Amino acid sequence: MKAKVYVTLKPSVLDPQGKAIRHSAELLGFEDIAEIRQGKYFEIALGSELSESEAKNTAEKIAKDVLANPVIEDYRVELENSRK
Amino acid sequence: MKFGIIVFPGSNCDHDAYHVVSKHVGQPVDFIWHKETDLSSYDAIIVPGGFSYGDYLRAGALARFSPVMKAVKKFAGEGKFVFGICNGFQILCESGLLPGALMRNENLHFICKHVNIRVENQNTPYTNEIEKGKVLSIPIAHAEGNYVCDEATFHQLEENNQIVFRYCDENGETTDATNPNGSLSNIAGICNQDRNVLGMMPHPERACEELLGSNHGRDIFRSLTNQITELAA
Repeated sequence: MKAKVYVTLKPSVLDPQGKAIRHSAELLGFEDIAEIRQGKYFEIALGSELSESEAKNTAEKIAKDVLANPVIEDYRVELENSRK
Repeated sequence: MKFGIIVFPGSNCDHDAYHVVSKHVGQPVDFIWHKETDLSSYDAIIVPGGFSYGDYLRAGALARFSPVMKAVKKFAGEGKFVFGICNGFQILCESGLLPGALMRNENLHFICKHVNIRVENQNTPYTNEIEKGKVLSIPIAHAEGNYVCDEATFHQLEENNQIVFRYCDENGETTDATNPNGSLSNIAGICNQDRNVLGMMPHPERACEELLGSNHGRDIFRSLTNQITELAA
């Protein structure tokens, strides 16, 4: 089972890196950009013996306790079940 | 009186701090490897600057999981002194020992230069020897020194006089132009509510001898040793 974790800056937090990236994109000729915000993406491969809800809980905990800083960031967890 | 300096993989201002404590403060000092779990023999702990864990994930984010940080939290909880400088400040914020977070500098540059900071509160263990409003010249060297916190936290910091240093010009004026990194309200250093934990982005340990351009950092270390001496008396 794979968990995908997206960590993004809270909407209230300014993102100087995103701003610089947007500027570069504009220099390339992409004019109609309202905003670019930078985030982080993690893939966590979890043990196959975990149930879906256990996997989700584990990934949520890792995201909350390690991957994101709750002062400035939000996170979102998605599960991808590799057992088809 | 005994100082301890935590050494994480990637710390690089640990020797500067050691030099200042042993030579200018004139007190016994140990390096403490991050795997240590007992800090009971120390009066003050310095969390030094550097790039602990290569700044992976976020500056200071991984250091907070080092075994020694549990001991640092306990130590701070006992009212003993924890002084975080630069990466040390980032680690203390990530650990929750200080509120807020340090983000990428507004202009995205790594900034390495002398700046002026104004002492905003004299009633802390780290500033008791310095007049309120005094301007100190201390170098900064960071890419993530842009202090942020939410409005409620900022209000609390102001109410409790926890903002200890602000970036300013040589006359003590704080303006946007004197804010090197985009920090909220020109914040350069804050303490916790109990005042025993201080974090600051500027490096006072690099400003303790005139040869290096300034000795203003000594006032901060002198304040701390005074406080420890008074407590012991």
